[in-house]
Amino acid sequence: MLFLCVFFALLGLGLGYAARYLKVQGEPLVEQIDALLPQTQCGQCKYPGCRPYAQAIVDETAEINQCPPGGEETIAALANLLGVATQPLNAEFGETNAPAVAFIIEQDCIGCVKCIPPCPVDAILGASKQMHTVIASECTGCELCIAPCPVDCIIMRPLAPPPGQWQWTTHHD
Amino acid sequence: MQFSTSCSPFTPANTSVNQLMRQVLIALLPALGTMFWLFGYTVLLQLLLSSITALLAEALCLWLRKRPIKVHLFDLSALITAALLALAIPTIAPWWISVSGTLFAIIIAKQVYGGLGYNPFNPAMAGYVFLLISFPQQMTAWQSPFLFLPLSDSLQLIFSGHLVIDGLSSATILDHIKTQLSLGLSLTGIQSSALFGNIAGKGWELISLAYLLGGLWLLYRKVISSHIPVAVLSGLAIPTSIHYLLDTGSANSALFQLLSGASLCAAFFIATDPVSAATSNSGRLIYGILIGLLIYIIRTWGGYPDAIAFAVLLANLSAPAIDFYTHPKPLKQQL
Amino acid sequence: MIKQWKFPGGIALGDHKQTTEIRDTALPAELIYPLLQRSDCYATATVYPGERVLKGQVIATQKKPLTTPVHAASSGVIKEIAPHLIAHPSGLTDSCIVIETDGLDEALPANPCLDYHLETAENLRIKIAQAGIVGLGGAAFPTAEKLQALQPIHTLIINGAECEPYISCDASLIGSHAQQVVQGALIMQYILQAERCIIAIENNMPATLQALHEATSQESIQIVSVPAIYPTGGEKQLIKVLTGKKIPANSLPTDHGVVCQNVGTAFAVYQAIIQGIPLTERIITITGKGINHPGNLRVKIGTPIKYLIEQCGGYSQNIQRLIMGGPMMGIALSSDDIAVIKATNCLLGMTNNELAESQSAMPCIRCGDCSTVCPAELLPQQLYWYGRSGQLEQCQDYQLFDCIECGCCDIVCPSHIPLVQSFRSSKGELIIKEKQAAQAQLAKKRYQNQQQRREKEQQDKIAKAAKRQAAIDKIKAAAAKRKTQGV
Repeated sequence: MLFLCVFFALLGLGLGYAARYLKVQGEPLVEQIDALLPQTQCGQCKYPGCRPYAQAIVDETAEINQCPPGGEETIAALANLLGVATQPLNAEFGETNAPAVAFIIEQDCIGCVKCIPPCPVDAILGASKQMHTVIASECTGCELCIAPCPVDCIIMRPLAPPPGQWQWTTHHD
Repeated sequence: MQFSTSCSPFTPANTSVNQLMRQVLIALLPALGTMFWLFGYTVLLQLLLSSITALLAEALCLWLRKRPIKVHLFDLSALITAALLALAIPTIAPWWISVSGTLFAIIIAKQVYGGLGYNPFNPAMAGYVFLLISFPQQMTAWQSPFLFLPLSDSLQLIFSGHLVIDGLSSATILDHIKTQLSLGLSLTGIQSSALFGNIAGKGWELISLAYLLGGLWLLYRKVISSHIPVAVLSGLAIPTSIHYLLDTGSANSALFQLLSGASLCAAFFIATDPVSAATSNSGRLIYGILIGLLIYIIRTWGGYPDAIAFAVLLANLSAPAIDFYTHPKPLKQQL
Repeated sequence: MIKQWKFPGGIALGDHKQTTEIRDTALPAELIYPLLQRSDCYATATVYPGERVLKGQVIATQKKPLTTPVHAASSGVIKEIAPHLIAHPSGLTDSCIVIETDGLDEALPANPCLDYHLETAENLRIKIAQAGIVGLGGAAFPTAEKLQALQPIHTLIINGAECEPYISCDASLIGSHAQQVVQGALIMQYILQAERCIIAIENNMPATLQALHEATSQESIQIVSVPAIYPTGGEKQLIKVLTGKKIPANSLPTDHGVVCQNVGTAFAVYQAIIQGIPLTERIITITGKGINHPGNLRVKIGTPIKYLIEQCGGYSQNIQRLIMGGPMMGIALSSDDIAVIKATNCLLGMTNNELAESQSAMPCIRCGDCSTVCPAELLPQQLYWYGRSGQLEQCQDYQLFDCIECGCCDIVCPSHIPLVQSFRSSKGELIIKEKQAAQAQLAKKRYQNQQQRREKEQQDKIAKAAKRQAAIDKIKAAAAKRKTQGV
């Protein structure tokens, strides 16, 4: 009996150590979460960017349903990664909108440069007293530039793919 | 001018589920005709009973599942299940046998799993096994061949059960051999019994040949591929032949095995049901051989004289695994 | 007779072909040229509205070397460069150059070449590119790029196997211009320095075979008639049939020493090199029960379809679909207010009787016929299940992108499942996902850069302030010292 106890205690210790020392070194969890986020850096989750939100999820100070641009798909992917149940998007943080990019109505722009610092991806070009413009291919559609504009010359335009990027779809029953 | 659009190809498909099923039904006609000639109206009544039950049960399930009834009812798959079951159960079984068997086949084995295309087991065989386990007495009393029952007698027999005719029922040849062998009799002695025809059971060998005829027609029409029938028959014939060579005293010849019971029906009509079979060609060979082998094993050592239904259901169970290992997964080709 | 192989899968289809004399079409009032050349590949207009252009003048071009410009097919004035319906399955509009023709059909002077053997292969390739020649079989891949092989080429195949039903433009081209097609083939053989050149046609075209034999009596070109099994005219399938080589999905025929060109392309090469005129015309089959007077027409590229149909006696009453290309792989057009492009080989008006009935799909019964007929040796059934359940990685594992969308699986499916549509949709989803991932990656990078930059700015600011503070402290200390010393 004693022998068995010692034997199993040893086995248990062995397993414990094996779990600790032979742990597969994957990417840190925060990186994995960050990779699933849409990277719009829009801050709708109340964190200053996607990476901080990912950190907050790791620290368990944020839920996985706070990302409106990612929508249900991102929530599902996060739930899958973290092994938790999916949940509907928390409406408090906003709704999932169709992809769009910011567009500056150029005749209205007064060149105040106020929209440039909020842009998380440096997608707005312009200088003081000069007309500004949005580089559409870099814009993530975060809408952070809209509020600072004193003349409301920035609008969101839905992103309709040109025929060259159009894809077939089907409705599975 | 404006036009409606759709995705290519625009050429209509050259076949349909309905067309395939219809051909299978046509291919069952020789066997049905032979059974009619051997047994009389009983077989037609069984077929009628199970067909009506199958269509009603299918329609009810489709209605409950909110599926288009017209489309799915006329795919004829329910009729095939009904026909196979009706031909498999004893022709003199009471009416509630075919009705309950068909209900089980359609509702439990088919529609509960999601209807056509989603059933893991062959519905007819699931129904047959359900009957065999639940009502062994009714399911083993077969009408004697060459005892042609007219319509009135058949009606009376199936619906009231009170009909006394001398020698109405007799054991099937497989059943007979099994009991006689267990009594310690030798095979040659058994073979001189009146139940014996030229090769296998008297009359039964003709039914088997009728199934073969229908099956060959299906092969010719390319409704079924040859993989499964060939595999089933060789899976049964090869071990039987080896056994026969080693032990002529108690083993039957391969030809006897093929023409007895429902071997040929299974090979061409039951195992070839694509929904519950393996899908790749190599998988189908393995699947067929498995059925053949199981038939041989169960007939030789098992408790049931005929083994088709159990063999098919066991193979159905292993079909997903066979598929998993035999799918020729297209690999990235290197330069 | 050379040895032939079989390609996997394929089905025999009724041919519905009528090889007729090529008819000429009158000059339309407008010619329309979309700037979208191939999928996601745009040309830039080199003309301005109001400018007068001549026949054969470049009106749009691309920047990369060996890409193909677009030429005006007749003289006239540029009316506008504006969105217009284009020949695309989406039915969307896109930028097009519209030329109002002036009826003079005034052309730029041609630049003929008497003996192409005096030119270098490189020069000939440039000429072919400048003539705007793309694969006229339907894929519209720039021909000059295909003729620039890194490996030595042993076989040039001229593809005259029009395996899709109804289409007969290549057959009629051979019927009337066999000599020129052969010349074009010889030019390409010269460019590639290929050991042999094979012209392949389907074995149900005896008249075409005869015409080719007469035209090649002097030459070293082999004429081969291949079994009429769809899709034998697919590039990889034809190469398999003629050389026995299987071209893996991730490589091009040129990697295996084979180049395949269409018959129409060979004719265009002849015109570009010998006659010195760019590609502005092609032969188009206009057919189907929905068209009153079907036939093969010589058409100026850019001609509106509506105008061509008028030339063919208009639509019959019960026309249901207008298809550009064949009935197996073509695209259904939403309107006839669309211009023909270089890749248009056929316009097919289908009536209800010819069309697939629009009946709902039945569940898959796992018959496996789809994988039997798949020429790419895929498992359409598995791809369908995975696509349906959204397991797109599995689709990729099962080589979804090897699917050539030939439609064989659709034709044999007893359950009438729209398999090709399902595969296209899965492919689309995967492509969109990939694009989104790339976009997210880019945004992340730019965000990180910004963060780093701002952090650095902040630190610089702090360092600067510290420095200034240090300087002030120093001055203060010195002053204090002076004070104590002075007093």
